[in-house]
Amino acid sequence: MKQFAELFMNLDRTNKTNAKVELMKNYFLSASDEDKMWALTLFTGRRPSFKVNRTQVKEWAAAEANIPMWLFQESYQSVGDLGETISLILPRNGSEDSDKSLTEWFYYLGLLPKMTDEEKHDHILQAWSQLSQHETFVFNKLLMGSFRIGVSQTLVVRALAEATATDSNVIAHRVMGKWDPLETTFEKLILDEGENDNASRPYPFFLAYPIEGDVSNLGNPEDWFVEWKWDGIRSQIIYRNNELFIWTRGEELSTDKFPELHFLSSVLPNGTVLDGEIVSYFDNKPMPFNVLQTRIGRKNLTKKVLEEAPVAFIAYDIMEANGIDIRNLSQMQRRAQLEEIHKNMPVQSIFNLSPLVEFKEWSELHDLHPTSRENIAEGFMIKRKNSTYQVGRKKGDWWKWKIDPLSVDAVLIYAQKGSGRRAELFTDYTFAVWGEDGKLIPFAKAYSGLTDVEIGQVDYFIKRNIVEKFGPVRTVKPELVFEIGFEGINESTRHKSGIAVRFPRILRWRKDKKAAEADTLASLKGILEMYK
Amino acid sequence: MATQSLLQFTGKSIYCSEADAHIDPWIPVDRAIITHAHSDHARWGSKHYLAHKDSEPILRLRLGPDISLQTVEYGEKFVINGVVFSLHPAGHIIGSAQVRVEYKGEVWVASGDYKLEDDKFCVPFEPVKCNVFITESTFGLPIYKWQPQQEIYSEIDNWFAQNRLEDKASILMGYSLGKMQRILKGIQLPDGPIYAHGAIYTLNDRLRQAGFDLPELTLVTKETDKKLFRGSLVLAPPSVDSSTWIRKFNPYSLGYCSGWMALRGAKNRRAVDQGFILSDHVDWQDLNTAVIESGAEKVYVTHGYTSIFSRWLNENGVEAGEVTTMYGNEEETEDRATGEGPESEGIENKKDMSPIPDDPDLKLS
Repeated sequence: MKQFAELFMNLDRTNKTNAKVELMKNYFLSASDEDKMWALTLFTGRRPSFKVNRTQVKEWAAAEANIPMWLFQESYQSVGDLGETISLILPRNGSEDSDKSLTEWFYYLGLLPKMTDEEKHDHILQAWSQLSQHETFVFNKLLMGSFRIGVSQTLVVRALAEATATDSNVIAHRVMGKWDPLETTFEKLILDEGENDNASRPYPFFLAYPIEGDVSNLGNPEDWFVEWKWDGIRSQIIYRNNELFIWTRGEELSTDKFPELHFLSSVLPNGTVLDGEIVSYFDNKPMPFNVLQTRIGRKNLTKKVLEEAPVAFIAYDIMEANGIDIRNLSQMQRRAQLEEIHKNMPVQSIFNLSPLVEFKEWSELHDLHPTSRENIAEGFMIKRKNSTYQVGRKKGDWWKWKIDPLSVDAVLIYAQKGSGRRAELFTDYTFAVWGEDGKLIPFAKAYSGLTDVEIGQVDYFIKRNIVEKFGPVRTVKPELVFEIGFEGINESTRHKSGIAVRFPRILRWRKDKKAAEADTLASLKGILEMYK
Repeated sequence: MATQSLLQFTGKSIYCSEADAHIDPWIPVDRAIITHAHSDHARWGSKHYLAHKDSEPILRLRLGPDISLQTVEYGEKFVINGVVFSLHPAGHIIGSAQVRVEYKGEVWVASGDYKLEDDKFCVPFEPVKCNVFITESTFGLPIYKWQPQQEIYSEIDNWFAQNRLEDKASILMGYSLGKMQRILKGIQLPDGPIYAHGAIYTLNDRLRQAGFDLPELTLVTKETDKKLFRGSLVLAPPSVDSSTWIRKFNPYSLGYCSGWMALRGAKNRRAVDQGFILSDHVDWQDLNTAVIESGAEKVYVTHGYTSIFSRWLNENGVEAGEVTTMYGNEEETEDRATGEGPESEGIENKKDMSPIPDDPDLKLS
């Protein structure tokens, strides 16, 4: 446990991905196979549940620390992490020196589900009394925590790949899917060669550059294809050796997350690799990203989720056909092959072809561009007809022409302390616009968009201008004005303002504006009328 | 008119109307009694200052060489308009004092900032019996529990030794006033030169001139040969981590000494390589001890976790009220106060760490 706790604290401390990979790699090179297996279980989000009630655990910790529950809650508010709070308030006697391994602790925790509450209490308290503060913190994470330390599956895969000198795509394939640390071993899972190890290997995505200057600078319109820029998840669909793989940008193998697309394994020819966008889709048209968002990051795709946010694939490129890499063919030739595949598709509503936008003059695009939102698109993609499919973000052949975010100027009215890196600082803000009755009406919460320096300044202001307290929320003197940007806007019965904005964030701090000069609810509703 | 309290909280100072004297005023006044020289307590512009004699060199450095300043010893009584004042050790930093105020048999103590652990540089805290005790609550939550300082010094020693092995500079950040002197008395000092940022160098130099037993430091200048920093110890105020000043020490490891380092969030936000939990304020346990030892029947809780700590006291049979003051922003004010030397150089280079995902392609990554 000492070794794992140290790894955990070190990972937590750095935000450099290379350093994180190095730390994990060293762990994978030095820990026992059993411990490695458990570490991998944690880092890939497979922590088993030990059937403990968080409220009970809080109460046991507060009782042990001899403090009332409200003081425990206040402490939790300040720390922003339950496991850490408990590790800090528990009394220490300086004799905490357990040498149980990570694996042994997992077996220890494995006894919990069958215990009575009283036995659980004793079992957990006994563990706490044997562990140092850092170890108690990590133990609490094993017990009931989420592992938010900036270690994505991709980084774990990289570390494992380096530690075992294996190709990272192969490792990504090996760690995906269902496996249980109690039923397999590190050797079997990671080191044994699988039949389809190489079949899953994706191509690096070709990424577009934002367009510079006016679109007409691109020259002859006839040299270019134009498509809508879809608002979904960039994905690569691979069908090789009779197995289907879905990769998303960020190089995550996410085949399991999109069961709607699994039918492709029975219709695509072997040796096909497609590039496109996974979007949520209803009645033959794409839905705004926030619908898709409801199922991203979910571990269990319940029937309800699948019904409420069904997905479809919008294909726009093909990199491999009949097992041959065709990235060196021109955009036009690849498009023709893609259209051929689409033509033979039985379910075209789930496998769409990204349509080409018809235009003769650049000025027509100028007219169409403002209608992007109505088409549930974020603007245009402009692709040179004779360009090859390249690697990474390259200038010249693929351009994106995005719409500006919608925005209003709003007043900061509530603030709450952040958690994790931002614990102790007021970083979660609620913004309001002026209603008809001259009152401020909250309409959006935003967390990001300020620099660390600005966060410090806003925090300084808030701490000196608190009007009221409601639990963790502070009402702040309405004085600071920010420009709030958002990607979409919808009617909402759940919000007092009657509207819900998508992906709100702070664009900039309008130090030049007074609260009275902020926008009104009427202006927000005007935006809603335009885009709903 | 109802009888006024002996000390009143005006929002800009702790005021004794009977003596027309202000404790740690934030506005210019005629007569200011200063608990200690940190810049959130010692403000410029008052006509007359009174403080402990050990505060003098720093007050003159920071508020001006020509301020009208009267100094006293700990325990020395001075009477203003029938009100009896005396200063008593607060153990916070050099010259720090609790202000004892006695009038017609009633005793109030305004403790400023304080800690109970003896830091071997300033005179250690002494409990003062009183009727009313005014206390800070900077770390007034049960999550704050300091380890004995010797353990922290060992951590610093080990960190420095490791960096020396790797031929890296060890940049140790902490408040110029208080923390740095304490560290210099606590850690194992290298045989070679100890490098210091201008803010720390100037203070150290002034204190040495005033006769305090501190080692000599070497000022880092633009001309200092960068090779000399390899494997060396460099002392710096907390603001440098966002400046260009720090680049010349590459390769380096960055350490920060502060009570705030007890929380992961704070440590990660600071993006330091090592956080050392070393504070010049009382932790939860010592805060409670200090209140009990004062014997006060009424406690006013100022800067920090005021509402939480006063509720805790009320529930535990000590009548307490919370008070809003301007103190407790040591971090912000101290960073600006020590403006000697190239302190604020390069602040604009602060990294923007806010994650604005401007590329929807990246949504899942």
